[in-house]
Amino acid sequence: MRVGLFVPCYVDAFHPDVGIATLELLERFGIEVEYPFNQTCCGQPMTNSGCHAESAATEALFVQNFERFDYIVGPSGSCVHHVRSNFDSIEQTDIVRKVRANTYELVEFLHDVLKVEAFPWAEFPHRVAYHNNCNALRGIGHASMSELRVEPFSKPLDLLRKVRGIEVVQLARPDECCGFGGTFSVFAEGISSKMGHDKVRDEMQSGAEYVVSADSSCMMHQQGCAERAGLPMKYIHIAQVLNGASS
Amino acid sequence: MNGIEKDTQPPLEAERTILHPELAAPPDESPVKNGRRLQHAEGASHPIHPPPEREPQPRGARIRGNHRVDQTEAAERFIASPAHEKMHDERLWDLRGKRDRQMHSIPEWEELRTLASAIKEHTLTHLDQYLEQFEQNARANGVHVHWAKDGEEHNRIVHGVLRDHGAKTLIKSKSMLTEECGFRPYMAAAGIEVIETDLGERIQQLDNEDPSHVVVPAVHKLRGDVAQVFAAHLGTDPMDDDVHHLAEAQRQATRPLILNAQAGMTGCNFAIAETGGITVCTNEGNADLSANVPNLHIASIGIEKVIPRLEHLAVFVRLLSRSALGSPITQYTSHIRGPRAGGEMHMVLVDNGRSARLEQDKFWTSLKCIRCGACMNTCPVYRRSGGLSYGATYSGPIGLIIDPSFNRHKYSALPFSSSLNGSCSNVCPVKINIHEQIAAWRQVMAENHELTLIKKAAMKAAGVLLAHPVLYRAAITSADSALNNLPRFAIYIRLNAWGRHREVPHAPRESFHSWYKRNRSVP
Repeated sequence: MRVGLFVPCYVDAFHPDVGIATLELLERFGIEVEYPFNQTCCGQPMTNSGCHAESAATEALFVQNFERFDYIVGPSGSCVHHVRSNFDSIEQTDIVRKVRANTYELVEFLHDVLKVEAFPWAEFPHRVAYHNNCNALRGIGHASMSELRVEPFSKPLDLLRKVRGIEVVQLARPDECCGFGGTFSVFAEGISSKMGHDKVRDEMQSGAEYVVSADSSCMMHQQGCAERAGLPMKYIHIAQVLNGASS
Repeated sequence: MNGIEKDTQPPLEAERTILHPELAAPPDESPVKNGRRLQHAEGASHPIHPPPEREPQPRGARIRGNHRVDQTEAAERFIASPAHEKMHDERLWDLRGKRDRQMHSIPEWEELRTLASAIKEHTLTHLDQYLEQFEQNARANGVHVHWAKDGEEHNRIVHGVLRDHGAKTLIKSKSMLTEECGFRPYMAAAGIEVIETDLGERIQQLDNEDPSHVVVPAVHKLRGDVAQVFAAHLGTDPMDDDVHHLAEAQRQATRPLILNAQAGMTGCNFAIAETGGITVCTNEGNADLSANVPNLHIASIGIEKVIPRLEHLAVFVRLLSRSALGSPITQYTSHIRGPRAGGEMHMVLVDNGRSARLEQDKFWTSLKCIRCGACMNTCPVYRRSGGLSYGATYSGPIGLIIDPSFNRHKYSALPFSSSLNGSCSNVCPVKINIHEQIAAWRQVMAENHELTLIKKAAMKAAGVLLAHPVLYRAAITSADSALNNLPRFAIYIRLNAWGRHREVPHAPRESFHSWYKRNRSVP
């Protein structure tokens, strides 16, 4: 199995530790992982703003970088959702369709493809709240959604429960968007940060020491809000927890 | 005497602390003479305690002709009014919670949604046929049926009917369609007095504001705001914000108007093709008053309201109020088939852009909407913005996808007032893919040059940067420059939109890219 490591642009630039943890975690399962050097982004910032024409070249570059892999795995529900559901600014050739279908977010790759039973190296003796990124939740189906009458399930929590010592607490509004929303975070800055500050307050009231998520983008936004408000909430990516980060 | 006076003294500080804080009397700051609070006239010349500071009600979007409405500007003013924003967010989130509890009480909930969606899609794809059937049956019931291609024609028809009857006063129940048509201003100009009978809608009418929500039109107002409106228009005490007093005051003021009105008007929630009857759902029974008290009843009906059969009504009635308010059913579900004995009934079937929307591949399913408002209640942006920030007839998620079809330029910024979180689509009882249509509208705006220049320039720059690995890599060779270069769209628009209410991310020592280069073999 050849896996192409997809490291979204903001992870590359702001959260390299998340990329490193993803790589190391996949390698622990004996997978041959390669990081294509010419990758940049999935095209979501442009498409998200309606600018499909401006997104086309970036999408074509993504396909060029990843077409040779059996699976493409990245630590971001949001970016993977874009590739899988909205990656339509370029012609949908067989290769494009194959790349889209083989692109997985890390949690679902571990849960659905590798079907990981245990993370013997992982211990995280902390109280955590899990933040579902909206695209991971409603776009690629990480977990059951509170709006629907379906059997409850959660792939990220299934994985986190295999980590020694972890305690998961519930938020008052578990599915509520934190307001990041990609370009929304700057084009509707006032609403976006109000949502972020409300989310951080909910997290503080839950009694959690850490917020864990499969998306660094939401956490970057929330951490920015927490720091501005002087609140001591800590944020960590699920890849880091599963890879055995101690704190 | 002394003993009685002693009893009426306020409790000492020490005694006060044992009371539940909400029950404690406010501190008495009236003047003290000889160690005693002054009584009667001496003390009454001073206020016993000053009135609490009242947060003024934030107003909606600034409308300037055909100029692009800036929802975010109005939303920021709403957020800057914390008492209003907090009440609004919590009140609507509470409705969402009640809706969830209703959903969990119905095992077949998801099947109902699927069925409701299928009935609507079937009807919309056979709309001509069902409308003709409806018209035929309504006429057979003794109803006068009119067709209006737009709001203007609707208003003209209604005015004509009123003129024929010499009617100068009209009571009406809530109708989003008449809001679309600009009905009240038209009638005011024609010298007809229109009285809204829905409590929330009446508040909005008196305050000269549009409804901010399709179901709870005054939900953005605190009761203190309502007290101000009623004081100005109904002569009540501006300091009395007791909800029972306020409701009673409006009841007393409006009842005589209802009893003496010369014509009545209702909207329509469902028009049933096989019977020619309509169903109107209210919680105040005011549609029954509007339909039945005067001899003349006019119903305004959007053409998308038709459903084929009476049995289909059961599907929608089960979903409507559960989705809207989290109650099993509206207090009143009124079925009206024809004029009452000695009366006259008219129905105006209104298109107003609906047939045009039906032709739009990506947007026609927005016509399935049954106006429950569930998407507004769940929307985290709407809850923090207030409905008037959208500056359009429809607000919230459904507004983002309907308003631009009335005026693409004026409402071109609305589809960007969404984080695209998708909760709206999940609560929609007729399964409209609302968030996907919001994204599709963004594309329409971009393709039709409706983006702001700055947004377009930012996206163009990002598109070039992200398509060229060398340029991109140069932009983030060091973390410092990453902050300055990567989110160009973040830095482009204001000095730093990110940093107004948030800290910027910490710069790491190196990018993942350079770590990988150092730690893994270069291919």
